[in-house]
Amino acid sequence: MTRYLLRRFASTVVLLLVMVALIYVIFYALPSNPAVLVCGKGCGGGQLAAIDHKLGLDQPEYLQFWHFLEGIFVGRDYSSGPDVSHCAAPCLGFSFQNDQPVLSLIGQRLPVSLSLTTGAMVVWLLVGVSAGVLSALRAGRLTDRVVTAASVLAYGAPIFVSGMLLLMLFCGYLHWLDFPVYVPLTENPAAWAKNLLLPWFTLAIAQAAVYTRLTRTGMLETLSEDHIRTFRAYGVRERRIVGRHAMRGTLTPIITLSAYDFGYILVGAMLTETLFGLPGLGQLIVQSSNNVDLPVVAGLTLVAGAAIVVANTAADLLYAVVDRRVVLS
Amino acid sequence: MSDADAPVLSVRDLTVDFPAADGGAALRAVEEISFDLAAGGALGIVGESGSGKSTTALALLGLHRRSGARVSGRIMLGDDDVNALDDESVRRLRGRRIAMIFQDPLSALDPYYRIGDQISEVYRTHTGAGRRAAWARAVEVLDRVGIPDAARRARARPHEFSGGMRQRALIAMALACEPEILVADEPTSALDVTVQAQILDLIDELRADTGMALLLVTHDLGVVSRSVERVLVMQNGRAVEEGPVSEVLRSPAEPYTRALLAAVPRIDAPRPARREPGEPLLTVAGLTREFRRPGGGLRHDVMRAVDDVSLDIRRGETLGVVGESGSGKTTLARMIVRLLEPTAGSIVFAGQDITRLPDRRLRPIRRDLQMVFQDPVSSLNPRRTVGDSIADPLRVQGTGDREALRTARELMERVGLDAARHDRYPHEFSGGQRQRMGIARALSLRPKLLVCDEPVSALDVSTQAQILELLSGLQEEYELTIMFVSHDLAVVRQVSDRVAVMHNGELVELAEAGELYDAPQHEYTRTLLAAVPVLA
Repeated sequence: MTRYLLRRFASTVVLLLVMVALIYVIFYALPSNPAVLVCGKGCGGGQLAAIDHKLGLDQPEYLQFWHFLEGIFVGRDYSSGPDVSHCAAPCLGFSFQNDQPVLSLIGQRLPVSLSLTTGAMVVWLLVGVSAGVLSALRAGRLTDRVVTAASVLAYGAPIFVSGMLLLMLFCGYLHWLDFPVYVPLTENPAAWAKNLLLPWFTLAIAQAAVYTRLTRTGMLETLSEDHIRTFRAYGVRERRIVGRHAMRGTLTPIITLSAYDFGYILVGAMLTETLFGLPGLGQLIVQSSNNVDLPVVAGLTLVAGAAIVVANTAADLLYAVVDRRVVLS
Repeated sequence: MSDADAPVLSVRDLTVDFPAADGGAALRAVEEISFDLAAGGALGIVGESGSGKSTTALALLGLHRRSGARVSGRIMLGDDDVNALDDESVRRLRGRRIAMIFQDPLSALDPYYRIGDQISEVYRTHTGAGRRAAWARAVEVLDRVGIPDAARRARARPHEFSGGMRQRALIAMALACEPEILVADEPTSALDVTVQAQILDLIDELRADTGMALLLVTHDLGVVSRSVERVLVMQNGRAVEEGPVSEVLRSPAEPYTRALLAAVPRIDAPRPARREPGEPLLTVAGLTREFRRPGGGLRHDVMRAVDDVSLDIRRGETLGVVGESGSGKTTLARMIVRLLEPTAGSIVFAGQDITRLPDRRLRPIRRDLQMVFQDPVSSLNPRRTVGDSIADPLRVQGTGDREALRTARELMERVGLDAARHDRYPHEFSGGQRQRMGIARALSLRPKLLVCDEPVSALDVSTQAQILELLSGLQEEYELTIMFVSHDLAVVRQVSDRVAVMHNGELVELAEAGELYDAPQHEYTRTLLAAVPVLA
C-alpha cells in the first residue's frame, strides 16, 4: 500500500511537471504579447520593454520556466516597480494583472469551487442513485420509462439552458429565491446553502442523469447474478436482497466514478460558475486564459492536475477498500 | 401407509412454460413431471442440457416466481403445496425446510461479504436469532462441513476460498437451518475430480447424520450412480424413465437411457486397436513456464505453471494429457503451439527447434501446428460468418479468396456441417456444431499436429461422443498427430494411445493408455483414478 502510494506520487509529480512545461510551450507559441495586454493600446516601445522586464519576459524561456520551478520549491522574489516582494515556497507565481500571488488567488476561489462541487455531488448521488434503483426495480414498466425519458432529457440539456430555466422559474416567476450571491459557509451557513441551491441543481442535473443510467444498469446486472439467486433460494427478504446484496455491487463502481467526477468538476465547472457569477476556479481559468495571464494558467494547471490525480488515487483506494478482491499494483 | 413412509416431497404433473418475449408460442421446459422423494431418501435427476432438470429443481423452491414463467401442477412439501402458497409463505420455506446448492460456488456467494456473515444472515432470517448466536451457528456448520479452523475462516470472503471450500461453505449455508430436503443442482460439475469425490462423500455423510433427503440434479451418470438410490431420466422436459438407480443404469428400459449410457466414456473400457506409432514429431525438453503472481511486492513471487516437462509426441498417435485445474496442462499446450513463450526448455517440431523462432520464420510452421479450443463460442468471431472464420487461416497463409471459401465449404461438409450455411453466424449453431467449426478451422491448413484443449468439456455426453468419433475419423484421413488435453480421465482413455498425467506443473507419469489406467505407477495417478465415479 505504501509502495503503491509512493509510486503513484512520483508518477504524479512527473506528470504535473510535463503538463506545466507544455503550458509554457503553448504560451510562448501564442501570437499575443502579454505586455501589450497589461499596458493597453497606446504603449510605446520603451514602456513595453519595461513591462517585459518587470514580468520577466525578457529572460530566455528556459530561465523563466526554471524560475517558476524554483518558486515552487524554494520561493522567489518579484519586483513590482520599486518594491521587491517575496513569494514563499510553494510559490506558484505572481499575477501582475491581479496584483496578487497566484496561490492566494487560487486560495480565495477554492472554497467556492469546493462548496459548489460537494453540494452538487450530494444532489446528483441522491437523485441519480435513487432514480436508478427505482428504474431498475420497475424495469420495463411505466415508472422505468418515465425515469429513462427524464434522464435522457436531463442529460441532453446544456447547463446554460437548464441553469437559465431554473433561474427564470425560481427567481423570475416564483420569487422563491433571490439571484444567487456567494456567501462563505463560515459567514452564514444558511445563506451559503440557500444561495448555492440553484447552482447545485444546475450542475447536478446532467450528472444525475448519467448516474441514473449507470445505477439502473448496475442494479439490473447485479440482480441477475447467481449470488442474488442464492439468497432468494434461502428465503432472505427481497428488500434486504436489494438493499444489502444488490446495492453493494451496484454502488462500488458508482463510488469510484464519483471520486473521478469530483476531481474534474472541482476545476471544470466554468459554465455554472459563469452563469451564477460564482468566483470559482473554473471561472478563473477562463479569465486568465483570455488575458494570457501565464502565471495563473500555469498555477491552475498544476492545481487542477493535482486535484484530478488525487481524486483518481482516492477512487482507486476506495475501490480496494470496498472490494477486497482488488489488488493495488 | 404410515406417516414415516410418507414422502417429504411429492411432485405431480409439474409443467413449466416460459412465455416467448415476442408473444409467440411459449417454450415448454418441463412437461408433466411426477416423482416422490422419501424422507431421508435420495433421488437423482439426470439429463442433457435443455432437458429441464434444473428448471424442475428451481420450481421446487418456487424460484420461477416473478420470472414470468408459468408453473402448474402440485409440489407437495409435507402438507404444503409450494405452487399454491403465497409468496411470503414460500419465502419462509426456502432455506428452512428445503435448501439448495448450486453448480458454481464462487458466483453463488456474495463476493463482498464474509462467509460467516452470509450464513448468519440466512440463519437469522429464519430463526430470528441474535448476531452472536447466528455467528456461532455459522462457525458450527462450517466446522461440520470440514472447513479447518472454522472460527477464523468464517471471516474470509469467498475469493479467499478454493473451489471445494466454497462448495463446502454453500453446503454449510444449506445446513444452517436443518432442512428436510437438500436440492443440489450440479454441485460438483465445476470441481476437480478429487474434490468432487470429497464433496460427494460429505453429502453422503450429512445425509446419514441428519436424515435429510437429497435431490441431486446432474448430467453425470457416474455421480448419480454413486450418490442416489433412485433416478429419474429427463429428455426435452419429459420424464423418460424412473426407477432404482442400479436397475436403470444396468438394464435401462428406454432407448434414450440406453443411448445416453452408451455415449458415456468408460474409464474401464478396453482400448481400441491402434496403428503403429512413428518416430517423434514433436519433442519437448525441460519445458518450463513461470508466472509472476500479482501483488507480490518486492519479493519475486513466482509460480511455476509448467515445471521441467519433457515428452515427445509420435507421428500418428494421440497423446492424452490429463490433470486437474492448475496442473499446467493448458499452459503446456499453449507453449507447444507457441501461443505462450516458455521460460526455459526447448520445443523441437519435425526436426526443427522452434522454441525461439521469430514470428516471421514461425509463420510457415504454424500451418502444421493448429489448436482446437474448449469454448467454441468465444473462440469464434461472432461477427464473421462461419465460412469466413474457417477460411481465414488459409487467407492469412496467402490462399486466394475464392479458393479459400471453396475449401471452407468442403471442410464444413467433412466435419458434418451443412455447407449451404457457410454464410451464417456462429450464434445460429448449437454447441456441438460450433465445436465442429473450430475443428474445421484448425484443419483448413492441413496441419500435422492438432492440439486439442478440452475440446469436448463444454458438450453433452451424446454430442461429446459424436465429436470424439469425428476426431478419430479425421485423424485417419488427414494423418493427424493429436495432443488431447482434458480433465476427464474417461474421455482421455477412450481417445489416447499414450497418456501423460500432470500435477502442479510437473509431469508425474507417462505411459501407454492401458498400462497407465490398469497399473498406475505414481501415487497421484492412483488418487486421480480412484476419485472418478464409476458407472455401476
